[in-house]
Amino acid sequence: MRPELSFEQAPPLDAPLRFFLAAPWFGAAAGALLSISGGEALASRWTPAALAATHLLVAGFMLQAMCGALLQFVPVATGGNVWRPRWVAACTHPVLIASASLLAAAFLSRHGALFAAAAYGFALALGCFGVVVGSALWRTPARGATLAALRIALTGLGATAALGIVLATGIAHQAGWPVQAVTDLHAAWGLGGWALILLAGVSFAVVPMFYLTPAYPAWLTRGLPVLALGLLLAWSARFAAADAAEAALFQIAGFGLGGLFAAATLRLQGRRRKSGDASLLFMRTAMLSLLALPAAALLFVALPELRPDPRAAVWLGVLALVGVFVSAINGMLYKIVPFLGWLHLKGLAGPRESVPTMRQIISERAMRGQFRLHLAALSMLLAAVWLPALARPAGLLFLLSCTWLGWNLSAAAGILRDFRNRIRANAGDRRS
Amino acid sequence: MSALTESLRHHHGYCDDLFAAAETAVAAGRWTAAQQALPDLHAALESHFLGEEEILFPAFESATGMETGPTQVMRFEHEKMRALLVQMGDALAEQDAEQFAGAAETLLILMQQHNMKEENILYPMCARTLAGQAAVLEPLLRERLRRT
Repeated sequence: MRPELSFEQAPPLDAPLRFFLAAPWFGAAAGALLSISGGEALASRWTPAALAATHLLVAGFMLQAMCGALLQFVPVATGGNVWRPRWVAACTHPVLIASASLLAAAFLSRHGALFAAAAYGFALALGCFGVVVGSALWRTPARGATLAALRIALTGLGATAALGIVLATGIAHQAGWPVQAVTDLHAAWGLGGWALILLAGVSFAVVPMFYLTPAYPAWLTRGLPVLALGLLLAWSARFAAADAAEAALFQIAGFGLGGLFAAATLRLQGRRRKSGDASLLFMRTAMLSLLALPAAALLFVALPELRPDPRAAVWLGVLALVGVFVSAINGMLYKIVPFLGWLHLKGLAGPRESVPTMRQIISERAMRGQFRLHLAALSMLLAAVWLPALARPAGLLFLLSCTWLGWNLSAAAGILRDFRNRIRANAGDRRS
Repeated sequence: MSALTESLRHHHGYCDDLFAAAETAVAAGRWTAAQQALPDLHAALESHFLGEEEILFPAFESATGMETGPTQVMRFEHEKMRALLVQMGDALAEQDAEQFAGAAETLLILMQQHNMKEENILYPMCARTLAGQAAVLEPLLRERLRRT
């Protein structure tokens, strides 16, 4: 593989699309699990149902969407030449789906062999994916803040996966790991090092592009990923010895960095020159949630009656996973999938042939409807942590919202398939 | 950023302003304003495309011998943007705000992605390769863009 610049728009459509189409169904499974388990699932972050639902979201919904986004984004934004994206997607995607499903089953059944199978699956698929995407990211001659952020994010994914595999194989083989401390570190690298830095790196490029805003300030794009990495490395050196106060300090500092990014994004979106749409509503929900995280964490530390309550950590988890990451991914998918679809059809059609525009591929009405359902689900999930009777309806709403997202994306894929067939049939008619 | 491509980079921002004006006018139902704004955008983009296709790209292709590489991808994207501008014009003539918004949304992302690749990758390559010809090419480019 030569370190050449990729000038093609993107990999073949089906490489990222298969990840995007699968993602919502993991969210739907998490919602279904909560609606079956009820309020007990949210009593602590350590209940089997909470652990299974968390991993359906992070290792299912989020990982699927983020791997698909990387395959698409690395060539376009950094000129990185991803080696055989269609082949990489075809090999890693089924293994990632199986591994995330096995992991959720392992948490529910506490079966050691399932943990081991999930761990080996993730090691194989993420190892392969990381080598290919990492090679593209480190060999591109391009420079810039987005590239630096993507490199740090991929390093974060590697650390998260390694710690997760250590935990899963440790449980499978009943090794005596300090499970809670390693889990905290695994979660910090996953949410801070991988998810937040990837979201920031992608946003640095796409927020000005999607909403016609000014660029992010250079001090933020250069400083934020490096500061987050520094904080995670410092926490990794201290986590085994740190007391509760030091741990809380690191957590609030990490949330504070997220809050800074959210404030900068909201400020830019306020200065946008483009009319608002459903995708912007999702992104604003994500950024308001990210802004609320440090405030809520501070409040929980300050209130002595809440400090020992295990539901405080669950509430922060719901806000981070559903409020920040599911919202942001949902909003970005509503730009990325219709645009890639249009690009794909335009590449197949003749210069004078018209193809459906983005809003004909997914209508604004369908996206806004799903946004309202997502907002209702998020609000009820946050309330259900404190009012367990709401857990089942909250899970059901989240199931419905993710199903609607999955439906909107699948319907878009159907429109693309129909037009592709029509274009090919027309081309066949012209030849004969 | 080299002086050679600085005017093109600056012109991207100018085209963004014209895009925002056209989109905002249609979204607000101000059809008369939109009928002024869309041709302005169309003219500005066309002069930008021609500046690249007739001045910058041929110089780059002749200096590097690369005629099927990045410049060809950029030319293909120019064609796609031209087709979307026609769709927007048709929607404007029929006062179809939804159709206009769909084509405008698509044009915006295509345009921004295209600009990002040019500013981050192609323009620096051109600046390096054509450093010796910058004094000749730069005024020609500026003159081409000034026509809008």
